[in-house]
Amino acid sequence: MTETLSSRTASTTRVVNQAVPRRDSHEKLRGRTRYAGDVDIAGQLHARLVRSPVPSARIVARDASAALQVPGVVAVLFGEDVPNNEIPTNTAGIKGRPLPPSWVLAVERVRYHGEPVALIVAESPRALAAAEALVEVEYDVLPVVSDPERALEPGSPEVHEGGNLLSQWRIDRGDVDRAFAEAPIVVEGSYEAQVVDHAYLELETGIGWLDDEGVINIKASTQEIEHYRRIAHIVGLPDSKVRVQAPYLGGGFGGKEDMTVEPYIALAVQRTGRPVKMVWSRQESLTARAKRHPVRMRYRTAAAADGTLLAHDIEIVSDAGAYPLLSGFVLLYITLNAAGPYRCDNVRVHSRAAYTNNTPGSAFRGFGGMQPVLAYEAQIDRVADAAGRDRVEVRKANAFVVGDRIPAGQRIETAVWLPQCIDAVLEAIGPRPEPSSPEHRVGLGLACNVQPYGRVAWMNDSASAWVGCERDGGVVVRCGVPDVGGGQVSSLAQIAAEVLHVPMDSVTVHFGDSARTPLAGRTTATRQLYMSGNAVLSAAEELRGQLLEGVAQVTGQPVSELTLTEGGVLTPGGVVPLAEVVAMCLASGVAINAMRTYFAPTGEPVTELVDSERIVPDFTFGAHAAYVEVDTRTGQVRPLRYVAAHDVGRAINPLSVRGQIQGAVVQGIGYALTERIVYDEGVNLTGAFYQYAIPTAADCPEIEVAILESGEGVGPFHARGIGEPPIGPCAATLASAVEDAVGARPATLPMLAETVLACVDQGGRA
Amino acid sequence: MTGGMGTAETTITLNGAKVTGQAPADTTLVRWLREQAHAYEVKEGCNEGTCGTCTVLVDGRAATGCTTLAVQVDGATVETSASLADGEELSPLQAKIWENGAAQCGFCTQGMLMSAVELLRSGVEVTPAVVREHLHGNLCRCTGYQAIVDAVVDAAAEGATR
Ligand code: FES
Ligand code: FES
Repeated sequence: MTETLSSRTASTTRVVNQAVPRRDSHEKLRGRTRYAGDVDIAGQLHARLVRSPVPSARIVARDASAALQVPGVVAVLFGEDVPNNEIPTNTAGIKGRPLPPSWVLAVERVRYHGEPVALIVAESPRALAAAEALVEVEYDVLPVVSDPERALEPGSPEVHEGGNLLSQWRIDRGDVDRAFAEAPIVVEGSYEAQVVDHAYLELETGIGWLDDEGVINIKASTQEIEHYRRIAHIVGLPDSKVRVQAPYLGGGFGGKEDMTVEPYIALAVQRTGRPVKMVWSRQESLTARAKRHPVRMRYRTAAAADGTLLAHDIEIVSDAGAYPLLSGFVLLYITLNAAGPYRCDNVRVHSRAAYTNNTPGSAFRGFGGMQPVLAYEAQIDRVADAAGRDRVEVRKANAFVVGDRIPAGQRIETAVWLPQCIDAVLEAIGPRPEPSSPEHRVGLGLACNVQPYGRVAWMNDSASAWVGCERDGGVVVRCGVPDVGGGQVSSLAQIAAEVLHVPMDSVTVHFGDSARTPLAGRTTATRQLYMSGNAVLSAAEELRGQLLEGVAQVTGQPVSELTLTEGGVLTPGGVVPLAEVVAMCLASGVAINAMRTYFAPTGEPVTELVDSERIVPDFTFGAHAAYVEVDTRTGQVRPLRYVAAHDVGRAINPLSVRGQIQGAVVQGIGYALTERIVYDEGVNLTGAFYQYAIPTAADCPEIEVAILESGEGVGPFHARGIGEPPIGPCAATLASAVEDAVGARPATLPMLAETVLACVDQGGRA
Repeated sequence: MTGGMGTAETTITLNGAKVTGQAPADTTLVRWLREQAHAYEVKEGCNEGTCGTCTVLVDGRAATGCTTLAVQVDGATVETSASLADGEELSPLQAKIWENGAAQCGFCTQGMLMSAVELLRSGVEVTPAVVREHLHGNLCRCTGYQAIVDAVVDAAAEGATR
């Protein structure tokens, strides 16, 4: 595999911007890393949820007496046993209507298949299994609504009182109607994307215990240790009495952003005073944990005769499932990104999220920036075709430039290297492969995207980090990041090593502990490198100043004569080793540690009509290209070769960047071609892993990555976030490739055989 | 508590050492390894034979530990990913995976390594296509497989068998 690196300036860094193997991988490879599920405590109990087998029902009766007779069963909890059973909702809803809470354990009714109803605590997993069937819950089945558009029609069964509209957003920029009336080109399209699951390999897992301070400790696989406050509320304790630790995760992708096992572990620890372990099964995870929102998108796009975009009129409906979770925010991201990386002065978007009795939707890598790519990339191709111009040229001509406003109002402040990304993938994709038989067609696809990184401005996001020196000259970083597997911790070590001129190996990072590491926020929204990276950078810079100051105090040299260098501080008299520098600091009353908090730019909350100068910190742009082969007899689509390019500002670790991009591409290929959760009137039929087809090594093409570095991100060393952006363009890239192969374009995901065969028929090239 | 099955004594040669455990006869190999032998490097991702995370070598052949009962392999030799490194020093295959950034969350890695070792030992000519085919039972949600395939091909080119 080759790799393109283009950079505005030559790198002058030693550790940062170098492809260094990640520090965590070494122990992972030796099998030594202890994930949350790898911790057992003598005397621990086990816990398991009893979940609703139906998607909509009134709970008529609950009885745990038979279950409590099972030897080894210690407790069975219902909603009434939870000190605060309501989980406060933290998402954006419609104005003037309070959002309904979700429940730790459902009491009166259930609204989706798999909703937790009871918690069993027992001495062994076997006792749990035996007791599960004996917890008697009587349901009075209620009508189900499982289609979001139907849910919004009057007279539909109400999932929550007051109607099924959870939230809606609008953009209304320019004069859309006039633009359409005058435009020579108008193209229309409808697009649809399905429900998908995160399918990380490490299931939802955790263990909890009570410590000597009376604190409930929870070690869990979570992207958000700061749920400790929410957990404390649920169990009725002060915030300081719950501690959450996140050891290295076996993947998250947004699926461990909402709480999973944590509140149940806390309740069981509180009830029993004993250590409690909880592991969800794959079936539970697939059936009941939050998913990516399915959407229906209707686009009308107007353009000038030369393909210049004039207007978009966009209607989007998303299925939020049974509870709000993060649906309002995901819908906001769908809305913000609906017009893609292209300038357009007249834009109307109306997006709505509806409650249904399906599994709740919530965060998933891409977070609403993903779904509309399928639509806006198809629309720009249609515009180019109608204008009789090259699709690549039309993209480049319409691409944002610095100073442009996105339709939601915010100005683009940093470089837009979309044209460079397009050139990079078209150059790297290489010659068109020959089809493997006369029945096969090969096609080339191209798609671009934009994805914000960092949280929305009114979250007032911050991240703190502590950096200090040991007396032997070793460097310690303390930062509350959860590492979901993307190399978050290793990048922080790189940054500290760079600033302090020490080898990576002499940096130790303590991370992911709500009690003992400075809080750094959740590992979501492509924010950790940006936020925690900036915090570590500034703490390390402060420590560097302290080290120089200590030497200055003792030697009498002015600080301006001193520089930190490999091995210590360079003075006119030679290098003072770091351990001695530390001693000098301590002898002269200079601290050898610093804690810094990085604050993201803030802004006012947007209103339902989204129009704001500041919504997100910044954006990442990219382009993908792929060859696919379509079997015109079976409708099977096989990706043959894939190239992805993103401007990452500056790659802190090119190896990690490449890994993020390649991994996202394969997740995106699964989204495009095979993955879906299937419902039958709210009943989730995809309960086993073999039914959920994530791509295997044999299904995947060779993936080449082009890392572009404009040097203009707002992260440390001008990095941009890259965790989420590369999943965006995949489905549109493959749809475009199928169109090139057979003459018609799939508009519904996943591109199942029947969809592709319909394209083959429509394209008339079989 | 054992579903009427009774417990069974099982002895396995695990990474060169004999381990004997008492567990219910329906205990899967992956659970037995973790609970009886504290071989926490063996992970479970689905418990239904789909993901390959729990892959270990049983008498040299890759097997999914969640679809194998411990009693079935009584007396057998089992190798896990913990057997590959030489103390702190990674095995040649592990070193290639490390250098290529092919272990991200590292969860699939434990099973992936053992499937790859099976391939490296087989003497089959190792090409990218062969690696992809051989590893198709080991799902990875992080890496996109490319770095893993590259690492195994590199390791094979250097004659690595572990
Ligand atoms: S846990 Fe054994 S194959 Fe998934
Ligand atoms: S590295 Fe995370 S699943 Fe493979």
